[in-house]
Amino acid sequence: MENWSWLMDESASTYGPAIDRLYLVILIITGIVFFATELTLIWFVFKYRHREGRKAEYIHGNMRAEVVWTAIPAVIVLAIALASRGVWAQVKDPQNMPANALPVLVVASQFEWNVTYPGPDGQLRTADDFSVRNRLDVPVDRPTHVILQAEDVIHSLFLPDFRVKQDAVPGMDTTVWFQPTRTGEFVIACAELCGIGHTRMRGTLTVHSAADYQTWINEQVQP
Amino acid sequence: MSTTAMAARHETAAEHHHELGFIRTYIFSTDHKMIAKQFLLASLFFLLVGGILAAGVRWQLGFPGRPIPLIGGLFSDTTAPGGIVLPEFYNAMVTMHATFMIFFAIMPLLVGVWGNYLIPLQIGAPDMAFPRLNMFSFWVSVPAGIIMLAGFFVEGGHAGAGWTAYAPLSTNPEYSGVRMGQVLWLVSLIILGFSSLTGAVNYITTVLNMRAPGMTWFRMPLPVWALFITSWLVLLAIPILTGGLIMLLFDQTIGTGFFAPATDGEPLLWQHVFWYFGHPEVYILILPAMGLVSEVISNRSRKPIFGYHSMVLAIIAIAFLGWIVWGHHMFQSGMNPLLGTTFMITTIIIAVPSSIKVFNWLGTLWRGDLHFDTPMLHAIAFVSMFIIGGLSGMFMASAPVDIFLHDTYYIVAHIHYVLFGGSLFGIFAGITYWFPKMFGRMFSPRLGKVHFWLTFVSYNLVFFPMHNLGLKGHMRRIYDPNQYEFLQPLQPLNTFITISAFVLIAGQLIFAFAFFWSMYKGKEAPQNPWKANTLEWTAAPTPPPHDNFPGGTPVVYRGPYEYSSPESTDDFLPQDVPPDRVLRPEIPREPSPLPTGD
Repeated sequence: MENWSWLMDESASTYGPAIDRLYLVILIITGIVFFATELTLIWFVFKYRHREGRKAEYIHGNMRAEVVWTAIPAVIVLAIALASRGVWAQVKDPQNMPANALPVLVVASQFEWNVTYPGPDGQLRTADDFSVRNRLDVPVDRPTHVILQAEDVIHSLFLPDFRVKQDAVPGMDTTVWFQPTRTGEFVIACAELCGIGHTRMRGTLTVHSAADYQTWINEQVQP
Repeated sequence: MSTTAMAARHETAAEHHHELGFIRTYIFSTDHKMIAKQFLLASLFFLLVGGILAAGVRWQLGFPGRPIPLIGGLFSDTTAPGGIVLPEFYNAMVTMHATFMIFFAIMPLLVGVWGNYLIPLQIGAPDMAFPRLNMFSFWVSVPAGIIMLAGFFVEGGHAGAGWTAYAPLSTNPEYSGVRMGQVLWLVSLIILGFSSLTGAVNYITTVLNMRAPGMTWFRMPLPVWALFITSWLVLLAIPILTGGLIMLLFDQTIGTGFFAPATDGEPLLWQHVFWYFGHPEVYILILPAMGLVSEVISNRSRKPIFGYHSMVLAIIAIAFLGWIVWGHHMFQSGMNPLLGTTFMITTIIIAVPSSIKVFNWLGTLWRGDLHFDTPMLHAIAFVSMFIIGGLSGMFMASAPVDIFLHDTYYIVAHIHYVLFGGSLFGIFAGITYWFPKMFGRMFSPRLGKVHFWLTFVSYNLVFFPMHNLGLKGHMRRIYDPNQYEFLQPLQPLNTFITISAFVLIAGQLIFAFAFFWSMYKGKEAPQNPWKANTLEWTAAPTPPPHDNFPGGTPVVYRGPYEYSSPESTDDFLPQDVPPDRVLRPEIPREPSPLPTGD
């Protein structure tokens, strides 16, 4: 069937591959455990089924087995945790956010995304800011820093292609950054139930080449 | 007072017992077995309600914007005009499906039914420590259920903010369009909390104080251990939920602003309070099922449970660790990312005791003598589905991977693999296994097996593909995925899932029919049809009378899993058979001559 896959579609951000690699590692580990345990289960179901004269073996347990199957999973899961820590810090640690990221203010409300750009002076919350609805325009190969707010209820900015998801919470600023690696049009979705119109809170993220981005900015500033 | 003396007092009471009327036997009963059956009937009813709501959700996802067939005309203009589901009704159905399933079906089916039915019988007690409190525990859940149902019929419709009721959507009718429905939801759950709490008090006290002589802690059957530990979770977690619900109710009704930024409140506070309850809650929803499954697997394998002590320790470890993982529901919430790291580590550790249990179940089957009666089919299905549910949890436990998976159908897949593949198959195992004890007749083996296979196959067809939906980015709680171009290619998969879901839900009618048919027409059960070791089978008639043990309190001599013991010619060895009455294998008259030295 088309679109059937055990992997996500290829990402379009710099840290996307790190997340996808982690997913793949977990998939391989859990895949091995899945086949090993389920096939063992099926094998046991056949091999030890009741037949005339069959008797079960009177075994209460095995301490060595308990130690082994406690220690090995513990090591494996801790390895996953450690590997994840690195990627998590890469994405979420404010100190790891690239310098010179382009700031953008995204205000989520029922049921639209209001995006405010800093304008020519490069500063948000100044007079030359301009706003657009339901679209986010960013340049390729440069980091964008989204300051996320919510006007009414909790929403969540979901940019699947960029592996971005961040809740927008009324009363606080949340923050997320990403750097696109290719141009194109991508989806903006809301990923937190926010009311009756939650289903239609979509937008378009356009990644421009550097030149096209400047053109787009100029068009917005001088209508 | 010693357990023997207390048991003697009950013994005397039973002797002077007179016939109770219909009302005191079937309606306002203090007998734990009747209360268990009351919980059973009520929660099976709510399981049906939850299933119908799931059908409604799946209809909209499978056939978006199309009128509900046959009964479409029955819906009001505020829910589904012309049979076409409105977004607000969709949100309400999603919310109420989860609410009814979690609070009114699975929890009472596991804790209310089996806590009540099994604990006194399996520990050798005539009833619960507080029989009247027990009666209250059931009856207080009835108004809660009625109030929750009433929410469908009030202005504004039922609560539609998800079973998680995140604030401020849940506190402000201006945002949700729902006022009374949410209030009723809150009031209902606040009341229901008292049912759970009084039950937990009873179960804990009963296990602590009323075990029969010889029933030491490590001779208790695993269902009792699981229910005992679960009761501590209930005791400690439910008050936190109740507190949070009251705060939410106050925000909704009397103008407090605990969760509203305008009054210096904090939306994230609700999430912390809710999930601090919510995570232990999911272990409340699985641990008793694990206990039931252990019992069935050991008995139907004619083999001791592998690693009994490890199994007990694993239950305790899961219960303990369950308190320090709640933040994994909040990785993307705006919570400090440093907390994300700590919660990720604790969450990932909880995989270890869960996998210990899986290995021990496999160890129990290994070299056993496996009998595939209906309960065993469900128990084995539990193990195989819980493996999937547990492994899928590893992905979202990793906070960076959760960035993508959070609030997608991957989560929905995980939830249902543990709650349905786990809890519900465990419940089916329990019902079909203890059915003869409860009703004196066997659950129809043929219908039981048909129901099992139909359920097992269609269930996997419904929920397995949801992993793939999630991997494509399909969000949760979305009324119309086709609004998104990137989700449109997934419509055929959604339709496939919906059709499978209808088969799954319809298949449960077989269970409902089999349940009532077997109650009246099933083959009459012998006292111990499964040749089990535990006291409910060996020391009490089938079904047991008031006060359970007509021969007086049993005395326990050994653990509950002495199957295929070399001490006995039988492949089982009941807990209460004195050592000198055990049917031993033939001993040769004279010892065979020993070889001489040279």
